[in-house]
Amino acid sequence: MKRFWSFVIKEFYHIFRDRKTLLILFGLPVTLILIFGYVIRSEIKDANIAIYDPSKDEITKDISNKLLASDYFNLVENVQNIQEIDDIFKKGVVREIIVFESDFARKLEQNGEASIQLIADASDANTANLVVNYTRAIIFDYMNELNRNNPNPLQILAEPRMVYNEEMKGAYMFVPGTMALILMLVSALMTSISIVREKEMGTMEVLLVSPLKPAQIILGKVTPYVTLSLINAVTIILLGYFVFGVPIHGSVFLLLAECMLFILLALSLGLLISTLTSSQRAAMFISLFSLMLPTILLSGFIFPVENMPEILQWLSVIVPPKYFIIIIKDIMLKGVGMSFVWKETLVLIGMTTIFILLSIRKFKIRLD
Amino acid sequence: MRNYTENIIEAENLVKKFGDFTANDRLNFQVKKGEIFGFLGANGAGKTTAIKILCGLWLPTSGNIKVAGFDVYKQREKIKRNIGYMSQKFSLYEDLTVKENFRFYGGIYRMRSGDIREKTGFFLKKLDLEKSGDTVLSSIPLGWKQKLAFSIAIMHDPKIVFLDEPTGGVDPVTRRQFWDMIYETAHNGITVFVTTHYMDEAEYCDRVSIMVDGKIEALDTPGNLKEKFRVESMNEVFIKLARKK
Repeated sequence: MKRFWSFVIKEFYHIFRDRKTLLILFGLPVTLILIFGYVIRSEIKDANIAIYDPSKDEITKDISNKLLASDYFNLVENVQNIQEIDDIFKKGVVREIIVFESDFARKLEQNGEASIQLIADASDANTANLVVNYTRAIIFDYMNELNRNNPNPLQILAEPRMVYNEEMKGAYMFVPGTMALILMLVSALMTSISIVREKEMGTMEVLLVSPLKPAQIILGKVTPYVTLSLINAVTIILLGYFVFGVPIHGSVFLLLAECMLFILLALSLGLLISTLTSSQRAAMFISLFSLMLPTILLSGFIFPVENMPEILQWLSVIVPPKYFIIIIKDIMLKGVGMSFVWKETLVLIGMTTIFILLSIRKFKIRLD
Repeated sequence: MRNYTENIIEAENLVKKFGDFTANDRLNFQVKKGEIFGFLGANGAGKTTAIKILCGLWLPTSGNIKVAGFDVYKQREKIKRNIGYMSQKFSLYEDLTVKENFRFYGGIYRMRSGDIREKTGFFLKKLDLEKSGDTVLSSIPLGWKQKLAFSIAIMHDPKIVFLDEPTGGVDPVTRRQFWDMIYETAHNGITVFVTTHYMDEAEYCDRVSIMVDGKIEALDTPGNLKEKFRVESMNEVFIKLARKK
């Protein structure tokens, strides 16, 4: 144990003495989460909309006025013909088209129910979502006012419809996505660099000649990074929760356990990379290109996997963060338990095992 | 000249092959306790391979080899606990202070904290670096770093210390001081197994072996070797042997 702790203490010295490492470890997660958070959650103001109002009665006019009176919307066009909708979106100016039913007021009075369709350009999924939510909130407000003194409440149904990206996947993923990115970066990149640095400096040789067992060297190397990665994961979850209101519906314990699993996976990848190369620079490039880029591009973090060309969809199957993001999203947003994420969890466990076995093999080959 | 009797390293027909290539071809030698043993050879002659085997890093292909009384096949852990090692690459941590380096290496050899402190104080005093204990290693001159690395390699009182080209890139004055440290170490009973490219350093060894193409071509005291080849210096011995091929 004494050997092990001497080693861990030494690793912490390395980490805390190097400003660049510290910055990557602690500055980066906070910065990234704030950037992604604010980019994705940006307020809408003067979003361009168009209105199709075939009934043109008191109520539809009231609703239109109320929408436009808010600062959020800016009327660009009054649509005359329902067929024009596609062309209007294609011009790319209008974010949302509000389509009232014909005979809106009459239907509302007679049936107690009338509907408005909110068609949004979801090629920018995030803005579409925001615009639709704002619109619904205003319509809901208006409905409540109408119903205040009414014994038979009236229903205005605001039905959102997204065009170009109907399922709205990809939005509100920034917390799981950033978490995957940062854990990958901290665990894999930093571990591989710190191991390769020992090779480069020649200290690895001395460690191997010492009574330390290879497993002790590796454990000593990764322990500090496991600790720091866990701290990072918690920071990200807390930031997401308190700053951006991203809920945690599921079990916090399960969430942390899955984070831990992903950290182990990233560490084993880092180990594997460190056995492939003996220069810090090469380790960094391999990490960046084989880990960071797929995490950003192929995991579904920013670009929904469903919208990718088929080849890339196949490629994304072997990208570990994809599964992690699904798990985290399910636990945090949907509040599901292990019975829903066991498949993804198994995939991650399988991948971790393979990477660890591979790196042990490589490490041994290097020794004999 | 001291009288060496006890064998601390025994190598009998040491062979190491990498595929078809034979890096070490039936090496036979003994190193006596407390001796300064020079292990010479041109680059690629197989010195590093042999050292790695003696240190318990690599397994030999065949041969009977004992280091500090332990078998290199079965007792590598025990060997590792009883040797010190300093490589040709500089091997302390640049971003740790002098004392932290001592503490780390002492720790991985399971020394007690009190002993580590005592040894640290002892070596710092000896190297006249008492004021630099808390200095980060990167701001200490190379010559001193080399001496520190050597001190750390022997701080756990190993039976043998392996020095793989310890004086590469060091000025002549420091080299001389370094060899004083080696003498002192050997005098205290620690066997010194050293490789070098400097033939003047070979003259300081009690005995030297010269490897050519994976084989030991000569093994004796520098004096006897010079006499045998009828030359004035180890340098000439070395060149004569290397040319023979």
